[in-house]
Amino acid sequence: MAKLDSKIPAGELSGKWRRHKADIRLVNPANKRKYEVIVVGAGLAGASAAASLAEMGYKVSCFVFHDSPRRAHSIAAQGGINAAKNYQNDGDSVHRLFYDTIKGGDYRSREANVHRLAEVSVDIIDQCVAQGVPFAREYGGLLDNRSFGGAQVSRTFYARGQTGQQLLLGAYAALSKGVASGGIKLHTQSEMLDLVVVDGHAKGIIVRDLVTGGISRHAADAVILATGGYGNVFNLSTYARGSNATAIWRAYKRGACFANPCFTQIHPTCIPVTGDYQSKLTLMSESLRNDGRIWVPKKKEDRLKPPGSIAEADRDYYLERIYPSFGNLCPRDVASRAAKRVCDEGRGVGLSGLGVYLDFAESIGRLGEAGVRERYGNLFDIYKEITDENAYKVPMRIFPAVHYTMGGLWVDYNLMSNLPGLFVLGEANFSDHGANRLGASALMQGLADGYFVIPYTVGDYLASQKPGSRPSTDGADFKAAEEGVAWFTSKLLTVKGKEPVSHFHKRLGSIMWQYCGMARNKAGLEQALKEIPALRAEFWENVNVPGSGDTVNQSLERAGRVADFLELGELMCRDALAREESCGGHFREEHQYPDGECKRDDVNFGHVAAWEFAGDGKVPIRNTEALNYETVKMSVRNYK
Amino acid sequence: MSTKTFSVTVRVWRQPGPGQPGAFADYPVTGINPDMSFLEMLDVLNDDLTAKGVEPVAFAHDCREGICGTCSLVIDGKPHGPHHGVASCQTYMRSYKEGDLIVVEPFRARPFPVFKDLMTDRSAFDKIQQAGGFISVRTGSAPEANSVPIPKDVADLAMDAAQCIGCGACVAACKNSSAMLFVAAKVSHLGLLPQGQPERDRRVLAMVRTMDDLGFGSCTNQYECSAACPKLISHDFIARMNRDYTKAIFRSAFKPVAGGGEA
Repeated sequence: MAKLDSKIPAGELSGKWRRHKADIRLVNPANKRKYEVIVVGAGLAGASAAASLAEMGYKVSCFVFHDSPRRAHSIAAQGGINAAKNYQNDGDSVHRLFYDTIKGGDYRSREANVHRLAEVSVDIIDQCVAQGVPFAREYGGLLDNRSFGGAQVSRTFYARGQTGQQLLLGAYAALSKGVASGGIKLHTQSEMLDLVVVDGHAKGIIVRDLVTGGISRHAADAVILATGGYGNVFNLSTYARGSNATAIWRAYKRGACFANPCFTQIHPTCIPVTGDYQSKLTLMSESLRNDGRIWVPKKKEDRLKPPGSIAEADRDYYLERIYPSFGNLCPRDVASRAAKRVCDEGRGVGLSGLGVYLDFAESIGRLGEAGVRERYGNLFDIYKEITDENAYKVPMRIFPAVHYTMGGLWVDYNLMSNLPGLFVLGEANFSDHGANRLGASALMQGLADGYFVIPYTVGDYLASQKPGSRPSTDGADFKAAEEGVAWFTSKLLTVKGKEPVSHFHKRLGSIMWQYCGMARNKAGLEQALKEIPALRAEFWENVNVPGSGDTVNQSLERAGRVADFLELGELMCRDALAREESCGGHFREEHQYPDGECKRDDVNFGHVAAWEFAGDGKVPIRNTEALNYETVKMSVRNYK
Repeated sequence: MSTKTFSVTVRVWRQPGPGQPGAFADYPVTGINPDMSFLEMLDVLNDDLTAKGVEPVAFAHDCREGICGTCSLVIDGKPHGPHHGVASCQTYMRSYKEGDLIVVEPFRARPFPVFKDLMTDRSAFDKIQQAGGFISVRTGSAPEANSVPIPKDVADLAMDAAQCIGCGACVAACKNSSAMLFVAAKVSHLGLLPQGQPERDRRVLAMVRTMDDLGFGSCTNQYECSAACPKLISHDFIARMNRDYTKAIFRSAFKPVAGGGEA
């Protein structure tokens, strides 16, 4: 059994981080340059971590599979970033942001981590403004805010509908400065394919060069993974096509525990699926719910009628009806399930019946078309390109889609996994969002981890490692890991079956969506646990990966990632089956209140489930970390 | 949602590796749904080629929603295809009809050598960025965010420039392979903001010099760049950069450049 010590500092909640920073060990400036740190990934978490650590004097190597660090999928985040600045004078505070996030996560996150996140949120905005992030401003020159789901204050900072892009370009600029100063060595088109563990500590990685196919070994005093989430297990999602779980999955197989893998976020406002050729789903930012009203016809027989012809009295604005106090701005999991329910009732719109309207007629009446265009113009443009429909004239059709994974590698308060020396940041870890993430909180967490947490906590670990004690890449552990990667790559290339990789990815995605999507039950999950291993066996007998390993080979890249998804998908179902309760994005049909809301079981499941790899073909071990709520009282979430 | 499908022929540039000779190859693609994206049509082609034992076409792509800047196709001679203000991934097959011949090439420019097929090496943009495309602010040292008000129109203009997705279509569209629009967007974004003033001269001098050193050509004011830009970034920013550059050159001739520049 893995040892899970969360290392949460003792004492009163709001002083934990301050006291922890004062107590943890430091590395003296002359010694910092003797330590090498590997950062994998250059999204918000990775780029901000690499830049900050290099500024402090550490030698940083940053690995990304993209051709440029600026391409990481943080760039696609649209709506905004939360911070408890209270610039709107509407009663916001660190405590309120903390509380909203804990409640939004349905009481399955750690109080101490979330409070720290809320505390540093204000520093993030300062940092980004100083870097030149062009946040939206009011005429007086001060920063503007908008509201987001799960909150009754306006605390979201934004840069049109491209907030993630602007924040990432800020972090990328800081990273570029580090490269220019020599503090960061940048390895682009370099995919991490294994973690090297020496004497129980993470001390390096094995990397494949995606252009030459060359496999290389890299040693460091600490390894930081900031490689994002694993929602592409579902094949169709709002993730980038390249987003994958390979780095964290291979780390799991080296001993890092995987926490709450079944906690998946299904975002309520995405453009519906149109056909089986489809490669991705596109999000329509949650910010649209500030001014758009969600509805379906009251009567089934109206569902294919032109929306304009359906009288006001025949429309069901179901979120406003069921959740009058939060209305269209209730949290994502709640809004997604409500959409599923009305579609299950046969009231879904569009040919497939899997859609609901997001209607701007009322706000166009209030703000004028120009006013709506100024707030959301680029989103309306994206909608037009994809659907060929003008949402200024007809309501958008939207449906929930996989968007984020709250689960990830288990980390302690220092963001270190149970493998000493392995740190995990951003979406790749599990720590801050519990069972459901609130909108505009992913950007906050990525930058909090990279700019304001890891710079302190990595030093605490490195201070325990003698400078210069980093192992040589000639050692047996490095050699064995490299041979394993070469073997795995050649195995994929030699199957030479009949079906392309996409065939298996699509089938896995449909199993996951059907049995481990918005609603789950015991029989379905057990079925998935039969189908996934069978599909995996078929993959290894019948996949066709053309070409060779010594050149650009996108089929090979995807094959390796899908091979990992075929294992991770099984773990997600196993976790969903074991968690006999409903909470946040994890909805077990057996556990619900009569009105269809989540029924948690705090006595038996008020914990983190951290799965430990037990060997290929063996059932993994389910470890638990109890969640101790010292400040907030766990209660039934109520957005009504 | 449409159910009627059609067929086209794509004429694709095939090149096995950097510096190796390449050639066009014609492939039929059938069963195209008008709601498919252009890249999804290439996915269908690639699965078909895989089944036939032909190596799939390598093409760069990632977010498929027009923001990461990875996709980089020249479609029928136009970087990012027939439509204004979108990236290749936001081009949909409803723009084509039964029997069309569609020519697909990589971005062609000397500073963007081909890796394979339709993929090019655009790391030159990262090098320009590293030369000075940043504001030097140490993590943790930033002042309170609202301590420096920025007029809304200035912030909006900076955002117009900052929207650049770094795809390189401006370079591919330019007969001189100039990177002026890309560099001007970055120089203008930071140079417009009060936070960017201390390094303003140093930044424009270093980025322009690096752009020149990397083999990008000069601007001759044809504005093909802004016409091809998926974010419709205005060529006015090039004029702004030229002004910044000229001022920086003069200032550096008479006194040390602000921010300790070395020009």
